[in-house]
Amino acid sequence: MRVRQVRAPLVAGLLILAVLLAFAAFPGWIAPYDPIGFDFTALLAPPSWSHPFGTDQFGRDILSRTIASSGIDLQIAIFATVGPLLIGGSIGLFVGYAGGIADAVFGRFADLVVTFPFLVLVIAIVAVLGPGLLNMYIAVACVGWVAYARLMRGEVMVQKASDYVAAARVLGYGTLRIVLRHILPNAARPVLVYLVSDMALAILLGSSLGYLGLGAQPPAAEWGVLIADGKNFLSQAPWIALFPGVVIVLAGLGFSLTGDGLADLLEVRR
Amino acid sequence: MSVPILDVRGLDVVFRTGRGAVHAVDGVDITVAAGEVVGLVGESGSGKSVTLRAILRLLHENAEIGGRVLWRGEDLLAMPAERLRSVRGREIAVVFQEPMSALNPVLPIGLQIDEVMAAHFGRSREMSRAARRARALELLDLVGIASAAERLDQYPHEFSGGMRQRAMIAIALAAEPALLLADEPTTALDVTIQDQILKLLLRLGRELEMALLLVTHDFGVVAETCDRVAVMYAGRLCEVGGVADVFRRPLHAYTAALLGSIPGEGLARSMLTPIPGQPPRIDRPFPGCAFAPRCAYVEPRCHDERPPFTTLAPDHGSACHASARLPERAQ
Repeated sequence: MRVRQVRAPLVAGLLILAVLLAFAAFPGWIAPYDPIGFDFTALLAPPSWSHPFGTDQFGRDILSRTIASSGIDLQIAIFATVGPLLIGGSIGLFVGYAGGIADAVFGRFADLVVTFPFLVLVIAIVAVLGPGLLNMYIAVACVGWVAYARLMRGEVMVQKASDYVAAARVLGYGTLRIVLRHILPNAARPVLVYLVSDMALAILLGSSLGYLGLGAQPPAAEWGVLIADGKNFLSQAPWIALFPGVVIVLAGLGFSLTGDGLADLLEVRR
Repeated sequence: MSVPILDVRGLDVVFRTGRGAVHAVDGVDITVAAGEVVGLVGESGSGKSVTLRAILRLLHENAEIGGRVLWRGEDLLAMPAERLRSVRGREIAVVFQEPMSALNPVLPIGLQIDEVMAAHFGRSREMSRAARRARALELLDLVGIASAAERLDQYPHEFSGGMRQRAMIAIALAAEPALLLADEPTTALDVTIQDQILKLLLRLGRELEMALLLVTHDFGVVAETCDRVAVMYAGRLCEVGGVADVFRRPLHAYTAALLGSIPGEGLARSMLTPIPGQPPRIDRPFPGCAFAPRCAYVEPRCHDERPPFTTLAPDHGSACHASARLPERAQ
């Protein structure tokens, strides 16, 4: 395919994601200190050249802890979105093509799910299943699939009415071939763009649940958990909570910029 | 006339819409013999495209189709879906009006040609992958696409409009159908390309012994290309006959009026004779001839008595009360 002019936001977004990926892949090489090593000579030390993000009440280096946590947060970004993508995408593909009763039933059921606030429903499900990352992924998949299914359904309905699908039909192709080979690749673009944007939301969600103690469990460090750790020292040592928060914002920005850039690149209308 | 391969009898298409029933095709009979080129002419909304789509059951679910479409004696309208699928593409192929949107934008052209053969011959291993690739090359060559080997791996957006229509034709021909339905294949193209594509279709029809049903609103195209012509108006069949017969002595007032409105016969700056008025609305039934309100030869009975389709000369018939009074045209 012809290479289009690459735009600045996409480059910036990909750069942020590349740095995060490097953090996640090689935390031991990049982090200056052991993320769980106590240092009683530097308790609640403010940011300085030796501890750029400061230290916590046990003298643990915040920068190192933030870097060490990035692996779990990237994992959340992927697992909390791919599940809903696969479930919602398949359902959307099916009801979008089949239409009729299946579509009507899906529509009402989707309405039912989105009636509840997203976070509240996820928290309710995690509360039933018990805290932990795996249960969080299950809860997010239970709720998050609806957005993907609706998006996919709409795209499939548009593509289904297109000339090339009619052409495929008069060429004598079977339904499976038409759906998987002709409709799916054309309908998937906006869904993939949404996936990247959704990863930003997934990190925020993972951090929120971590903060509430429902997501990643200590000692596994995660940005939301780091912020929760720092909340008792907000007045004396705000850097404990501040820097992981800034990194969450940057990670979200990275995913959002990448998503926007991809939308431009793939000419997805929104 | 030899035995027709396609025999459409009393085709009826009614669309159920929110605002009532629309009778888009009303009792149309058309036959196509092997290797024959038949034109289906009419203005916008006359039901010609709907007729073509109904033949392969390509209409939306709100369409009710009546009558029979016999393909080599088998009724396509009553055929089980699985059998229909093996006819579509393999025995009857279609070229659509819009080459811009009838190709899948995310698949390379070569793959789209290959897919037809894979779908119809691949399963039984009649054709290997390499044989299909070679055949795709041959097809692009056949439809006049230069440097076919490179073109195979390109995507539709890298093709011009005329090239895409050629590629569409290559796809339609891939399974060597016995009949090609062409739905205004040249309307979206500019005039020089139109001529090339028409000549290409005719040449391919001759070389591959393939019949062609050409839907068009352009009588000029019909005169150049077709053996026989069927004229439609407001969903009804007006006149059917050999092209030379119809042009020399039209037997329906509408055909006569249409022929009178074509520029030509070398008379520069002469006035054209337009047809006054608008086509009727087909969402309410009318008892008489649909053309009566605009007709120069109208009689009182035209308004409330529907003229029956009558064969007046060998292989030339019309549905017109005034057929005997129509003048012979000067050639």
